[in-house]
Amino acid sequence: MPTTNKARVLISLREDVLDVQGQTIQAAVKELGYDNIKNMRVGKFIEIELNDPIDSTQIKQIEDISNDILANPVIEDYKVELL
Amino acid sequence: MSVAVLQFSASNCDRDTLYVYQKVLNAECTLVWQDETSLPAQTKGVILPGGFSFGDYLRAGAMAAHRPIMSSVKKFVDVGGPVIGICNGFQILCEAKILPGILLPNKTGRFICKEVSLQVNGGGEGALRFYKKEEQIALPIAHHDGRYFASDETIAKIKANRQIAISYTEKDEKGDAEVNGSREAIAGLFGGPNKNVLGLMPHPERRSEMEIGGDDGLRILQSLLL
Repeated sequence: MPTTNKARVLISLREDVLDVQGQTIQAAVKELGYDNIKNMRVGKFIEIELNDPIDSTQIKQIEDISNDILANPVIEDYKVELL
Repeated sequence: MSVAVLQFSASNCDRDTLYVYQKVLNAECTLVWQDETSLPAQTKGVILPGGFSFGDYLRAGAMAAHRPIMSSVKKFVDVGGPVIGICNGFQILCEAKILPGILLPNKTGRFICKEVSLQVNGGGEGALRFYKKEEQIALPIAHHDGRYFASDETIAKIKANRQIAISYTEKDEKGDAEVNGSREAIAGLFGGPNKNVLGLMPHPERRSEMEIGGDDGLRILQSLLL
C-alpha cells in the first residue's frame, strides 16, 4: 500500500437514476456542435486528508463516513481512491 | 403539551409554522434548535419545517439529518409520536432514514413555486385524519428537489403498506408526477410504526388562513393538537 494521508471519494449516481444535470449539460454540449456524445453523467468527489498515513483501518473509516453521510446508497455508488 | 417546531441552520418556514400554531390555532408551540439533545418534556408532536438547511450541501437534508436533535426525533417516532416533515423537513426525514427513499432534483432541473392539485390518498389516517379519503385539495409547492425516488422494491413495499399519503393529481404517461417527475406521483408519504410520520413536499402552513389564499393545509397542522 503506498504511503499517503490523502484519499478521494468518488460519488456517482446509480445508472437507474435520472441525472437531470448530466442531461442538461449533454444538451448544451450538443448545441456547441459536439454531436458524437452518447451520454454524460455528473458526479462529485470529496478529498479527505488525514493526520496520519492511511492504513486498512483508516480505509474502513473512510468507507464508513461515505456510507453514513457522503453518499446515499438509495441513489449513489462511491469508490475510495488513495492519492 | 406543546408542538415542537425544529430549527436547523437555514430553515425558513419555522416561524410561519409557529405563527399558525400560536395565532391561528391558539395552541402551545415551541421552537427547538438542531443541537438540542432532547425534545421538551411536554412535546406531543414534532414539525420539521421547510427551508434550505445547510444550503442543501451534499444532498438536500443530508447535514440536518445528522444533527443531535434527530436522535430524539427517531426515539419519538419509535414510540409512536406524531412527526410531520414539510418540504425540507420531508427531505431530512428521508436522509435520516425515518422515511424510505429520497427527494431528487425536479425533472425540469428548475425550482418550482406554484399551487398544485393534490389527492389525499391517506385521508382518515394519521396526520390526515381530518380529511376525507381521496379528498381533493390544493396546496403550494416551492422546491428544487421534490422528485421522490426509491427502488422498485421499495416502491412495491410502499404501495403494499398503503404509505402513499398524498399524490399529485396530474400524472405523466408512466404515472409519475407531471410537475416534478416524482415516482408514483408521490407528494406525501406515511412512515413510522403506526403511520405516525408524514413527510410532504407541499406547504400546508402556507394555506392555513383564507386571507392568504386558502386553508386546505390547516387540518394537517391541527392533527398534532388532538
